[in-house]
Amino acid sequence: MTVLLTLTVLVLVGIAIWQMTKIFELSQLKTDSSEVGVASDSDNKYNGYLLFGFLIFIYAITIFSFYKYTKFLLPEAASAHGAEYDYLMLISFIIIFIVQTITQALLHYFGYKYRGEKGKKALFYADNDRLEFIWTIIPVVVLAGLILWGLYTWTNIMDINDDDDPLIVELYAQQFNWTARYGGEDNVLGESNVRMIDIDRANVLGLDESDPNASDDIIVKELHLPVGRKVNFKMRSQDVLHSAYMPHFRAQMNCVPGMTTQFSFTPITTTAEMRRNADVMEKVKRTNKIRAAKNIEIDQDNIALAAAGEPLKEKLDPWEFDYILLCNKICGKSHYNMQMKIIVETQEEYDAWMAQQQTFDATMNPAQ
Amino acid sequence: MSATGHEDNHDEHHHHKETFVTKYIFSQDHKMIAKQYLITGLIMGFVGIAMSLLFRMQLAWPGESPVFEALLGDWAPGGVMDADMYLALVTIHGTIMVFFVLTAGLSGTFSNLLIPLQIGARDMASGFLNMLSYWMFFTSSVIMMLSLFVEAGPAAAGWTIYPPLSALEMAQPGSGLGMTLWLVSMAIFIASSLLGSLNYIVTVLNLRTKGMSMTRLPLTIWAFFVTAIIGVISFPVLLSAALLLIMDRSFGTSFFLSDIFIQGEVLHYQGGSPVLYEHLFWFLGHPEVYIVLLPALGITSEVMSTNARKPIFGYRAMVASILAIAFLSTIVWGHHMFISGMNPFLGSVFTFTTLLIAIPSAVKAFNYITTLWKGNLQLNPAMLFSIGLVSTFITGGLTGIILGDSTLDINVHDTYFVVAHFHLVMGISALYGLFAGVYHWFPKMFQGRMMNKNLGYVHFWITAICAYGVFFPMHFVGMAGVPRRYYENTAFPMFDELTDVNVLITIFALIAGAAQLVFLYNFISSIFYGKRGVLNPWKSNTLEWTAPQEHFHGNWHGEIPHVHRWAYDYSKTREDGEYVIPGQDFVPQNIPLQDDEEEMNH
Repeated sequence: MTVLLTLTVLVLVGIAIWQMTKIFELSQLKTDSSEVGVASDSDNKYNGYLLFGFLIFIYAITIFSFYKYTKFLLPEAASAHGAEYDYLMLISFIIIFIVQTITQALLHYFGYKYRGEKGKKALFYADNDRLEFIWTIIPVVVLAGLILWGLYTWTNIMDINDDDDPLIVELYAQQFNWTARYGGEDNVLGESNVRMIDIDRANVLGLDESDPNASDDIIVKELHLPVGRKVNFKMRSQDVLHSAYMPHFRAQMNCVPGMTTQFSFTPITTTAEMRRNADVMEKVKRTNKIRAAKNIEIDQDNIALAAAGEPLKEKLDPWEFDYILLCNKICGKSHYNMQMKIIVETQEEYDAWMAQQQTFDATMNPAQ
Repeated sequence: MSATGHEDNHDEHHHHKETFVTKYIFSQDHKMIAKQYLITGLIMGFVGIAMSLLFRMQLAWPGESPVFEALLGDWAPGGVMDADMYLALVTIHGTIMVFFVLTAGLSGTFSNLLIPLQIGARDMASGFLNMLSYWMFFTSSVIMMLSLFVEAGPAAAGWTIYPPLSALEMAQPGSGLGMTLWLVSMAIFIASSLLGSLNYIVTVLNLRTKGMSMTRLPLTIWAFFVTAIIGVISFPVLLSAALLLIMDRSFGTSFFLSDIFIQGEVLHYQGGSPVLYEHLFWFLGHPEVYIVLLPALGITSEVMSTNARKPIFGYRAMVASILAIAFLSTIVWGHHMFISGMNPFLGSVFTFTTLLIAIPSAVKAFNYITTLWKGNLQLNPAMLFSIGLVSTFITGGLTGIILGDSTLDINVHDTYFVVAHFHLVMGISALYGLFAGVYHWFPKMFQGRMMNKNLGYVHFWITAICAYGVFFPMHFVGMAGVPRRYYENTAFPMFDELTDVNVLITIFALIAGAAQLVFLYNFISSIFYGKRGVLNPWKSNTLEWTAPQEHFHGNWHGEIPHVHRWAYDYSKTREDGEYVIPGQDFVPQNIPLQDDEEEMNH
C-alpha cells in the first residue's frame, strides 16, 4: 500500500516537474538566440518572486515544525544540572532564531528586491570597514557570552568529585546490552578487568574475586537510583565503543574499552513523579493510541497468518513511561536495541529493592 | 611533454599529435582531468544518494519492501533490510559523499578547471602528477565500489570507522574484507588528494600570469589554494590513522585496542586507546569539513559577484575569513569528542576555538548578503544555487553554536540533531556549491555548450524546498533524543510517535532524489545537444572567459593574457556616472586601467 502511495507521489512529482518546465519555457518565448541559457528579464522576475516565496516557505516550515513537533521534545530535565542545561539551550535557541529570521529575510528579500532588469545599474560598493567591524564585533560579543556561560556550566557538570557522599555505580557496556554494578555496603567498586571474566562461573564483569571490595558488589540489569542523591557513574566497555545516553537526565558519556570514563548527576524527579508530569502523560496517551491502532492491524494480519498456519505476530503492550539508558555510539548489528531501564525512586523504595539483590559473593558461591 | 606556463613552448602544442588515449583517458590537460573528476564524482554521488534513499525508506517504512528485495538481494532476506546492511549503507553513503563527491568531485573538478584558467597559466605545474592524482582517485573509487560486493558486506562501522568496531571482525561482519578494502581505498584516495593539493599550491604560487598578484586573485582561487593547504596539513594524519588501524587489524599491534573480551574470549591487545584514533581521525575530519566547504564558498563568491553585477563585498575580509577559517579549522577537532572520555579541560579549549570559528563564518555570510544589496541580480541557476548555499550555510551553521558548546553537546551529541546540522551546513551547502559551479562553468568545460536553464530552475527549486523539508524537521527528531545510526526506532515506545515525521522526511528525500534526475538529464543532454552560447555568456571578468571555447592543451592561442586589475570590476563607473567601458557593466581583468580610472585599493 505504502509502496503504491510512494509510486503515485513520484509520478505526480514527475508530472509537476514536466509542467513547471513548460511554464518556464512559455514565460520566455522571445529569447534572443545570443543569450541562450542566460537568465532573461522574465526569468529574473519569476525567480525573484520565487525567492520571496521561498522566504515565506522557510518561515512556514519553521512555524509548522514548531507547531507540530514541539511536543516531541524531551520533557523537563530530571537531573539537578538539567535545568541549567535547558536554560542555556533555550537562550541559545532564541539567539539562533533571531539571527536566522533576520538574515534569511535580508538574503531572500534582496534576492527579490534587486532582481535584474536590462539597463538597471548595480551599485559599485566594494568595501566598508565600519560595516565589517560591526558584524565582526557583534558575533564576538554574543559568542563570548555564550562561551563563558557554556564553559562555566561545563566545568560544573564535568567536575566529578566525591563530595556529598555520592552513590558509585558502574555502567558496563557490551554488544548489545547494559549491566550496572553497585559498590554494595561499602559503596566501593571492586577491582575488575576483562581478563578476569569467567563465563562458566558467571563472573561476567571480570571482577577480582580476591578483592574484598568486590565481594559485596551488586550486579543488576535494571538501574535503580535514589532520588536526590548524587550518583557518580563509572563507565566501562568490554568490546567496542558504546555511549551511555540518558536523555531525560541530559547525560551522556562514551564507554571506552581499556579505560574507565565518568559522568555524574543528581536525579531530582522520581519515575512516579515524572509519570504524572503533564507533558509525559500527554505523550504516553498519544503513544498508546498509536500502539492500539497498530494492534488492530496486527490482529487483522494474524487472522490471515493463522489461516495460513504461520506463527502469529506479537501484540504491542501499552507503554508506561520509564527513564531509559540508550546506546548512542554505533556498536554493531543490534545497536538500535541496546537499552536499560532506569528507575528513580525514594530512598525507602531503593533500600527495599537493594535488600532483595544478591551480592557478587552470593552469586559466585551460592552454597554459602 | 606537459604544458607549463612558459610562453616559448606553446607552439609545440599545436603540433604534437594526440591519440584518443592521451586526449580522453590518460590526459595531462587540466581541463580534461577536471571533467574526469566531475563525471567520476557525479557517478559516485548518484550511488551515494541512492543509498541514502534506501535507508531513509527503511526508517520511514521498516519491514518488507519490494524495493529492498530488488536492489539488495541477499542483504534483504524476504524483502526486509538486514540490520548490518543498514549500517553498511549509512557508512558507505557518508564515505562516498564526504570524500568522493564533495572532496574529489568538488575541489578536484574546479581546482583543476579553474586554477590554470583563472590565474592565466597554460596548465598545472605538473600535468603528469595531475593525471596520476586523477587515476589514483579513480582506482580508489573502483575499490570502494568493489567493496560493496564482498560476501560479508562492505565496511559498516560508520564513516568515522572508530575502532574497536572497525578493527575486529568478530564485532561485525563488515569489519572483515569490506573494511580492508575501505582502508586500502582511502589510503589511495589520500595519496591522490595530496598529489592534487601539492600541484594546486605550486601552480597558484608560481604560474600566475603577469600582473596577477595574490591580492588580484579571484576568491575561487584563494579558496582552492587554502583548501589545498589544509588538505596537505591534515590528510597525512588520516593516512597515519589508517596505517595504524591496518597494523592493529592485520599484524596484531595494539595502537587503538586494549582489554577486549568478545565472543567468549579475551583478546591479547593491551595498552592502546580508541580515543587516540578519534584524535587522529578528527584532526583530518574537522578540517575536512572546510576542505569540502571552502571551495563551495569560493565558487559562490565568484558566481554571486558576477551575477549580482557587483564587486564581492569586502574582498580583503573574505580572504582574511578564508585564512582564519583555515587556521581555526585545524584546532577545533576535539568538539567531536566532548564526551569521548577525554579530559574535560580539553573540552573547554575546543569549545572556545569552535565558537571562534563562527566569527569568520558570520563575516562571510554578511558579506554575501551585502553583495546582493542594490545589485542587478541575474538569477541564473548558478546564482540561485549560490543564494541557496548562503541560506543553508546560515541555517546549518547556526545550530553549530549549540553543538560546539560542550555543555549543550552532551544531550544532542550523536543524535539526529547532529545529522541535520552537518547535512545542512556542509552536505547541502557544498552540493549547492558544486551545482553552482557546474551550471556556471559548464560552457567552459564543454566547448561553449550551455545547460538548459529551465531544467536548472526546476532542479533548484525542488531541491531547495526538499532540502529544508528533509533537514528542518530532523532537528526535532534529534531533540526528542533519537540516536543516529539506529536501524529502526521500534525498540523504544518513546519514539513511536516520530514515525510520521520520518515518513515526511523520507518523502521529501525521495522527491529531492528524483529532482537530481532532472539535473542528470540536463547534464548529459547538454554535453551532446546543448546550444552553444557566446564566449563569455555570464559577462564575467575572470580570465577563463578570454580563452577560446574549443579545448586544446595550453588554453590560449598566442600570448597569455596579462592582468591589470582585480576580478571584481562590475558596474564600476567613472566620476560622471558612466561605466568605465561605456555600455558595458564589466571590465575583464585583462583590460588595462582606462584613462582617469582609479584602481580599487582593495
